[in-house]
Amino acid sequence: MRFMMLMIPKGYEKAKPGTSPDAKAVAAMMKYNESLQKAGILLALDGLHPPSMGARVSFPGGKAKVTDGPFPEAKEVLGGYWMIQVKSKEEAIEWARRCPGSENETIEIRQVQEMADFPPDVQKEAKGFAEMQSKSAKSRK
Amino acid sequence: MTADINRSIDAIWKIESARVISGLTRIVRDVGVAEDLAQDALVAALEEWPRSGLPENPGAWLMAASRRRAIDVLRRKKLQKRKHEEIGRAIEALQGVPPEDPGADGGVGDDILRLVFMACHPALAPEARVALTLRLVGGLTTGEIARAFLVPEPTIAQRLVRAKRTLTEERVPFEVPRGGELARRLSSVLEVVYLVFNEGYSATAGDDWLRPALCEEALRLGRILAELAPDEPEVHGLVALMEIQASRSAARTAPSGEPILLFDQDRSRWDYLLIRRGLAALQRTEELGGARGPYALQAAIAACHARARVAEETDWPRIVGLYETLTRVSPSPVVELNRAVAVSMASGPAEGLKRVDALVSERSLKSYHLLPSVRGDLLFKLGRLDEARAEFERAAKMTQNQRERDLLLKRAGECRVSN
Repeated sequence: MRFMMLMIPKGYEKAKPGTSPDAKAVAAMMKYNESLQKAGILLALDGLHPPSMGARVSFPGGKAKVTDGPFPEAKEVLGGYWMIQVKSKEEAIEWARRCPGSENETIEIRQVQEMADFPPDVQKEAKGFAEMQSKSAKSRK
Repeated sequence: MTADINRSIDAIWKIESARVISGLTRIVRDVGVAEDLAQDALVAALEEWPRSGLPENPGAWLMAASRRRAIDVLRRKKLQKRKHEEIGRAIEALQGVPPEDPGADGGVGDDILRLVFMACHPALAPEARVALTLRLVGGLTTGEIARAFLVPEPTIAQRLVRAKRTLTEERVPFEVPRGGELARRLSSVLEVVYLVFNEGYSATAGDDWLRPALCEEALRLGRILAELAPDEPEVHGLVALMEIQASRSAARTAPSGEPILLFDQDRSRWDYLLIRRGLAALQRTEELGGARGPYALQAAIAACHARARVAEETDWPRIVGLYETLTRVSPSPVVELNRAVAVSMASGPAEGLKRVDALVSERSLKSYHLLPSVRGDLLFKLGRLDEARAEFERAAKMTQNQRERDLLLKRAGECRVSN
């Protein structure tokens, strides 16, 4: 089973453009990342720039509307994620518990959908999804 | 609530057991005793945690609990053959060293690597190595191993007991081998990991074509090894091979459970995250100068398939070249057979059939169902349908896998229809 561990740092919704975590926190987090890698369960991870550098596209009345960040109405935003491969939700929770998180941080654990989770009609419509993941993955390099 | 916490304890055990057992083995020098002590700690956790809640640091808790048990055991001199001073030193070691900080330092990792080398020691038969590795390093229960390998639980239990006894009797040291010994022992470790993977990937018996849990466990073991022995090219070669093969899991079976061969697979269902990881591991192997290792070569062949968006784009001449090298590096009739398939794709079925025919008298392939299966396929492509049908039927009789048998009989039937 694959899980995303989504890091939600409180306050990041208001962070200034270019904000980066302090070196000490990064050092602690790197140690944690290494422990995931050494356990053979880490598949991917990324950190995200603050929303003040991003934008939101919403669809009021079905029409695209762009709002530049920051987003005053957002109470929680993502700071990054880990993708892990484990045997159970309990194991994912156990790994999340080990994260050197600080007071303002929350990790949300969500299982990654797999094709086999869907009924046949959805599977049919989603054909080619994995291939798209590959292309986006390649272009990211 | 109790059920929830038991599942959590189970998860914690799977994460921590290798670390606890290897840490204890370093001190008591007997993997069987270490495992018993670790089990005692698990039992203690199962009693205490549902009442007190999960400890802040469950790994350290388990380690401390098993250390206490170790001191008790040593004090009572349960390790009869040990000398007095030796026990004294062990107790000192147990009392002196603070519990490890989980998730930190290479020391813990080194212990796990020692444990892997111990469990995969050539003094043990391959199936004993496999069971012991899954048990000690993978944290699987005896029941889980038995189910995965479709054998009765007592068989596995006995296999484990004998394996641990052999390690004690042979005085197999708890260490990472050095020098020339390392290469030989490492290949034994990699063999075990790949055996586990293959058991999951192509179930040799029973109705399930896939036993994904074993594949995932083997991949995890491989990734762990890659972290513990980062300079060994063949470790990365094996990881690359497993990542790429595992990437095809979802595409290998039809909804009916019938196997789908590589060329017929819907490549949009391949797992490109795993492919990307596999290609990266392969690149690592090449950077370390290991491109000619047997696992690296097999991974490079798998990579040729992974890079082809459609089957027709497969770089067959390159695959033939890689097989040529592989037959020199690690010659085997099975590799020859695979090369013949590649040749047939690069130069036509007649060329392939010539090579397959040269293998027909090979004694070691006598009960290998893929030989008549491949031969049948080539004869079919050449329009020699009666001969093809006979080969498919022969292969169907030889395979142990029900799904595969169905597929072969279907192909035999197609020979009749086309006739």
